[in-house]
Amino acid sequence: MDIEISSYIVLGALLFGIGAIGFLVRRNFLIQLMSVELMLNSVNLLLVGFNRAHASSHDGQVFTFVVIAIAAAEAALGLALAIAYYRFKNSAETDLGDLLRH
Amino acid sequence: MSASFSLLFSFAAVLALASGLGTIAARRPLRAAMFLLVHLGSLALLYLTLSAQFLAAIQVLVYAGAILVLFVFVIMMIGPGYDRPTSFRALFPKTLSTVLILSLALSMAAILGRVDLPMSELPEGFGGVKAIGLALYRVATVPFELIAMVLTVAVLGVLGIARKKTAIELSREAAPQGGEE
Repeated sequence: MDIEISSYIVLGALLFGIGAIGFLVRRNFLIQLMSVELMLNSVNLLLVGFNRAHASSHDGQVFTFVVIAIAAAEAALGLALAIAYYRFKNSAETDLGDLLRH
Repeated sequence: MSASFSLLFSFAAVLALASGLGTIAARRPLRAAMFLLVHLGSLALLYLTLSAQFLAAIQVLVYAGAILVLFVFVIMMIGPGYDRPTSFRALFPKTLSTVLILSLALSMAAILGRVDLPMSELPEGFGGVKAIGLALYRVATVPFELIAMVLTVAVLGVLGIARKKTAIELSREAAPQGGEE
């Protein structure tokens, strides 16, 4: 009666790939953080999808709830790091953060 | 019911993919944030097709309402920053990582896309506020309380990171002429 779970899995895999590519290719601190959010969201989608397939409990949705809370904490910390990094380098480009490389 | 659900699914899936690509392709961070807003909204629609109404509301409230506003605040604080054009040296690792991640994601989609799990019958009130609340307080009480601690610790960490001056800033203040790194 409903949409197949496989279409959600394919969509989640593609969204995770998009987020991972964005994290690796972009060099802007903020856009990299947004890519992390994309990856977290694709995992949330899979959790809710599998919970729909096993509808006798709400474990997947509770897990998603916790992941959303962790994502909020992660975004707050990441943005604070972005501000600290910007004050340090006067730029949001992560290529410039090579202090530990030399 | 079923036809409208699959129509909603296709619409939201195409929207999620397109706005996700827009997020990582946008040159300005503010445009990326706007694409991310569309992406989060389309994910809320996808949650609705999975009959997770409470999570769809939480998604809009927490992600679009709180996290994205935080992003926009920080973009406004540190200004728009354009990515410089990719240097020739950085082209190889970027292409390699794109190809590798793309092959990984596509093979994952091809293999796991064959999973055939029948959607089970929905119990009464599945995904509603009452059901999720009962699950949170009966099954996951300790994790739920731990979320509060995690958020408090995160706020304390943010205060520590964003408030103090770095050692390099302090040394710059002590010796204003010595701007060399």
